[in-house]
Amino acid sequence: MRHEQIETNSALMLVLILLVISVGGLVEIVPLFYINETIEKVDGVRPYTPLEIRGRDIYVREGCYLCHSQQIRPFRDEWLRYGHYSLAAESQYDHPFQWGSKRTGPDLARLGGKYSNHWHVQHLVAPRSVVPQSIMPNYPWLLDNDLDYTDVDGRMRALRVTGVPYSVTQAEYDANVQKYGQAIADQLDITKAQDSLLKQAREKDFDGFPGRITEMEALVAYLQVLGTMVDFTQYNEGYFVEFR
Amino acid sequence: MSDNTNTPQPSGAVQTTGHAWDSDLQEYNNPLPRWWLWCFYGTVVFSILYWFIYPSWPVGNTWIKGFGTVEYTAVDKATGQEQGKEFRWNTRALLLEELGNAANDQQRKAMLAKVQAADYEQIAKDPKMMEFVRSVGKGLFGDNCAACHGRGGQGVVGMYPNLTDDDWLWGSSSDKIHETLVQGRKGFMPAFGQVLKPEQLDDVAEYVLTLSDEAPSSEDSERGKAIFQGQVGGCYYCHGADAKGIPSQGAANLTDKIWAIANVPAQKTLQDKKAVIKEFVAKGVNNTRVMPAWKDRLSPTDIKLLAVYVHQLGGAQ
Ligand code: HEC
Ligand code: HEC
Ligand code: HEC
Repeated sequence: MRHEQIETNSALMLVLILLVISVGGLVEIVPLFYINETIEKVDGVRPYTPLEIRGRDIYVREGCYLCHSQQIRPFRDEWLRYGHYSLAAESQYDHPFQWGSKRTGPDLARLGGKYSNHWHVQHLVAPRSVVPQSIMPNYPWLLDNDLDYTDVDGRMRALRVTGVPYSVTQAEYDANVQKYGQAIADQLDITKAQDSLLKQAREKDFDGFPGRITEMEALVAYLQVLGTMVDFTQYNEGYFVEFR
Repeated sequence: MSDNTNTPQPSGAVQTTGHAWDSDLQEYNNPLPRWWLWCFYGTVVFSILYWFIYPSWPVGNTWIKGFGTVEYTAVDKATGQEQGKEFRWNTRALLLEELGNAANDQQRKAMLAKVQAADYEQIAKDPKMMEFVRSVGKGLFGDNCAACHGRGGQGVVGMYPNLTDDDWLWGSSSDKIHETLVQGRKGFMPAFGQVLKPEQLDDVAEYVLTLSDEAPSSEDSERGKAIFQGQVGGCYYCHGADAKGIPSQGAANLTDKIWAIANVPAQKTLQDKKAVIKEFVAKGVNNTRVMPAWKDRLSPTDIKLLAVYVHQLGGAQ
């Protein structure tokens, strides 16, 4: 076909443009839905507990992702600074994922256990009280606001639709017991969501206010679990190479 | 609108698109320059070569993995042996190659092995090793510790201890610092707000101030001493009868002029100094002063290196 014919026929041109640009999407996005070979087979990755989900929602609500990524890339400098690169398996229950590439602040993918709960509370309320050079905003209201957890089971149901194995029926619960053990399976049970949220908050007291359950409680619970689910000492480095 | 023109161009001249605006405004129809076309064809050929070497198109439920390979060495964790391996090209294999082979990494690895093998005294005596510890330690400290202890290790009064002074809660030897890093520490002191009456808190605070010569001894401080050394307060149980602190408890030395938590130096009058001590003793410490454990986050060599680094920051020498 001569290019004059395309250039002078705008309907044809439109169709051809659509065809060409859809190749990118078809090749890059569609296969992700059925190529499962790239998801590493590792133990330990589990869905978030109800308290952690609420924390994640607050993380998204506050726009933390605008300054923080959660994806350590397989580069030497990132390896030395942050630790092991992120695995696909580690974000399989993240909807939406928090990978990102905007790093005004450091990557948070392996944050869990790095700092104390007390530090997190202090840092979120007033970052400059612990890191004088910080440009991170203050989030004092996280400690003032009581956590609204009345709709947490609805949030779990929504995630369940996307394939996260929160259980409703006894059979699903039993499957989770098999896979994650009883303690975790209890926390993944939608019918007991509020109870297990309260239980985790009271036991761990992430915000340092034993009598209250604040938004800070949930956010810190979430931050403290980031990147801690896979025990990397169990795997040889060469193992992860084979999934790419 | 334009009119079609049939005015033929003289042969050899550039052709026009064949229409004219305002009777005479015409548009050239230049062919693409040769060099440009060849560059374009070149990129097409390049992309095909690229498909052969690197992972590219998805096919069915897998993908074309490419013929490129990477050689890397990785430690087999079961046997502790280093194994060389060749694997198809991907960014993870590339990372392992880089970690093992890059010229500065070879040097770094050799130096790390040396630090790991040496004992603390040997490291301290070897200027080259110390230089290495300082440069690598600074980075490790910045990434992992500075958020709490500050860039230079100066800490935040009341919250995170200063690592550059002479006052150590858990002991100043490299071994003790190493232990601190491996297992983490948790400061704990009971709250005395309910146990002691306000007058008793006053007296015991007065006594604490006499220990570091902040206040002269008085009747009040003598009463405080009885509380400190007796069953009522039982402070001696953790801080020691000489109040110099007991490192295995992480209890502070109260006889020096260095304060980790109660910000005495910032207060001007004796009354204010007493007030901050009173307030602290009434509240105690529980769950707020937590030093995380690093054994699962950092390698044994990194921890050893950091122990030496912290030791040389100044305070522990
Ligand atoms: C304007 C950009 C910005 C936003 C928005 C932001 N941060 Fe930060 N954050 C930073 C910067 C810069 C640092 C590094 C300095 C510091 O530690 O405060 C940082 C550091 C941190 C750290 C310490 C990481 C480490 O490994 O030392 C945590 C945790 C953190 N932020 C959590 C959050 C959370 C949670 C939110 C949302 C409530 C948030 N941040 C929102 C910029 C931001
Ligand atoms: C979450 C904040 C936090 C981080 C991160 C942190 N520390 Fe600490 N560190 C503390 C606290 C709090 C204490 C005091 C514990 C106590 O009160 O007994 C402490 C105590 C110490 C001590 C003992 C001090 C003494 O007087 O005996 C050393 C040494 C130390 N930290 C070194 C480090 C090093 C090295 C790192 C980085 C690998 C680090 N810390 C990271 C909070 C932190
Ligand atoms: C269970 C052990 C324990 C008992 C009992 C105890 N302390 Fe302490 N005290 C500590 C520890 C541990 C610290 C350091 C806390 C930390 O680093 O988190 C400390 C810190 C202090 C400090 C702060 C020192 C500084 O450098 O800022 C003062 C003052 C103090 N104690 C006074 C007292 C007095 C007075 C009593 C008795 C009424 C007492 N303590 C009883 C363990 C104890």
